[in-house]
Amino acid sequence: MPDPKGFHPQAPDEHPEPSTLSDSARSGITRRGFLKGAGLTAAGTALLDGVQAFSSETAAAATSGVTELGPGPTPVRLHVNGTEHTVEIEPRTTLAEALRIQLGMTGTKIVCDRGVCSGCTVWLDKMPVNSCMTLAIDAVGHHVTTIEGISSEDRMHPLQAAFVKHDAMQCGFCTPGMVMSCAALLERNPHPLEHDIRHAVSGNLCRCGTYPKIFAATMDVAGTTRNA
Amino acid sequence: MKDGIEQPTRLVNIRNISGLHGIRETEQGLTIGPLTTLAEISDHPLIQSQYQILADACGHAATPHIRNMATVGGNLLQRVQCWYYRSSDFQCIRKGKDLCFAFDGLNQYHAIMEYATCPSVAPSSAAVALLGLNASVELSSAKRGKRTVGIRELYVVPDANPTKFTVIEPDELLTAIVIPKPAPGTRSAYQKYGEKESFDWAIADAGVVLEMDGDVCRRAVITMGAASPVVRRSPQAEAALAGKPITQETARAAGKVAVEGAQPLSGNAYKLDLFPVAVYRTILLAAGQRDRDPSAAG
Repeated sequence: MPDPKGFHPQAPDEHPEPSTLSDSARSGITRRGFLKGAGLTAAGTALLDGVQAFSSETAAAATSGVTELGPGPTPVRLHVNGTEHTVEIEPRTTLAEALRIQLGMTGTKIVCDRGVCSGCTVWLDKMPVNSCMTLAIDAVGHHVTTIEGISSEDRMHPLQAAFVKHDAMQCGFCTPGMVMSCAALLERNPHPLEHDIRHAVSGNLCRCGTYPKIFAATMDVAGTTRNA
Repeated sequence: MKDGIEQPTRLVNIRNISGLHGIRETEQGLTIGPLTTLAEISDHPLIQSQYQILADACGHAATPHIRNMATVGGNLLQRVQCWYYRSSDFQCIRKGKDLCFAFDGLNQYHAIMEYATCPSVAPSSAAVALLGLNASVELSSAKRGKRTVGIRELYVVPDANPTKFTVIEPDELLTAIVIPKPAPGTRSAYQKYGEKESFDWAIADAGVVLEMDGDVCRRAVITMGAASPVVRRSPQAEAALAGKPITQETARAAGKVAVEGAQPLSGNAYKLDLFPVAVYRTILLAAGQRDRDPSAAG
C-alpha cells in the first residue's frame, strides 16, 4: 500500500486544527491508575527496571517503584558496539536519533522514520530491529550493534566487501540497513538460500533496485549459489 | 504520535513488565501476554502445530524487523490505517468531527460492508486469527478489577461510537490474551493479500478454522479482515462448509457467499473478487489440500 505521506489530496476547506485531544480527555491515564492495574498481574515491581537512567524521581514515584523521566533530557546508558556510552536524551528520543545525534554514528540512516523502509536497521542483541521505531530507553540493557560496529578500523565485514565486489549499491542510502539485515541473517544462518535472504530483507526498501546484487553478495559470503 | 494525531502529555512505558510477556500453555489452552512479540508467537512450536492460523497471521504482519519488536497487544490495538485519519490535515469523524472524507475520496483499501459511518478497516491481522480461535482478552482496572472480553467485542464499531476504537477504558490495561484449546481434529490457516507480495497491509485477509470429523467439516469459523471496520466472521461462509467435506467446490462456494451483501465503494469493487479467492484458497490451505498461495503477501 502506498505510503500515505506520499499522498496529498486536496485539503478540506475547513482550517486544519491541531488534532490533539485535551488533557482532560486523557486524564484517566494516570500513573497511579496504571500501577494498580499492573499490580493485578503481580508484575508491577518489574516496572521500568531496565531503565538505568539517573532520573529525578519524585517522592510518589520513588515509593511506587516508578521511574519518571522527562520531558527534559535524562542521562541514559547505552551499550553500543561494545562500548558503554552515557547520553543525555529526552525519553521520547528514538534509538536512531540517539545513535546519529548524540553518538555521531551517522551510518544508521533515518529515511521514512515509520518502520517502513528499514534503512535504520541495527541489531539489538543480534536481532535486527528498526531503530527509528525503538525508543532509546528501550535499548538500555541490550547490546546495540550498528553498521559502524561490524567492521574494524581498516577491515570491512566480509559482507561489506562482498557488497563492493558485487556492486550491490547505487545511491547507497539503503545500504547500511541492507548490510545489517543480511549480516544478521548470516549470524543465525551461515548458509542461507536466496529465499532466506529475500525474507530477511523483505522490509528493506531499495528504490534503486539493487536487490539481485544484494542477494548475490550475501550468497557469495555464505558460499551458497543462486540455485542452491 | 509521529503523525501528529495524538499528543499525549505523559506516556507510561510498560515494556519492562515481565508478567505481561510470554506464552503459557494451560489446561484450557493458551494464555499469551500482550507484550509477547509477533516473532515469538510465529516461531513458537506449539502455536505452529496447534494454532497455525495465529502463527500464520503473526508471521505475516509487517516486516521481520518489526515483528522482532512489535507486540501482539499493540497489534490488536492499532488504530485504523485510513490516510485521512492518519493525516493531520483532515479532521474526520473518527477525530470527533462530522465528515468522512473516504466516502467521496480515495477509498480503494476501505471496507465493502458494515460501514455506514466510517469505512476504514481495522488493520490487525492477529485479530483475524484470534477471532477465528474464539479468543478473548483480559482487561484489568485498578478500580473495577478484571473483565474478559471477546476479540470481536473488544472493538467498538464506528456506527456505535466513531471516536472510540476499543472498549478499553482509560484506567484499563490489556493484560492477557486467552485462547481456548482447539477441538480435536481442528485445522486452521490464515492468508493475507496485499498490493505487494511482501510487507504490506492487507487489502483482504482471511482466517479459517475447520473442525474436522474425518473428511467432513463439523464446524467452520471463517474470519475476514479489511472487509469491514472491525474484524468479522462470515456466517454465510461458515454455513456453506458445515457438515460437508472440504473440496474445491465447497471451498469455492464458501468463498463466494463470504461477500454476500457487500456494497463496494467507488474504488474497491475489486475486493468482491479478491475476498472469495482469499477465503477459498485459505480453506484449502487449512484443509491441507493446497500449499500457501505464493501470491499471498508473505
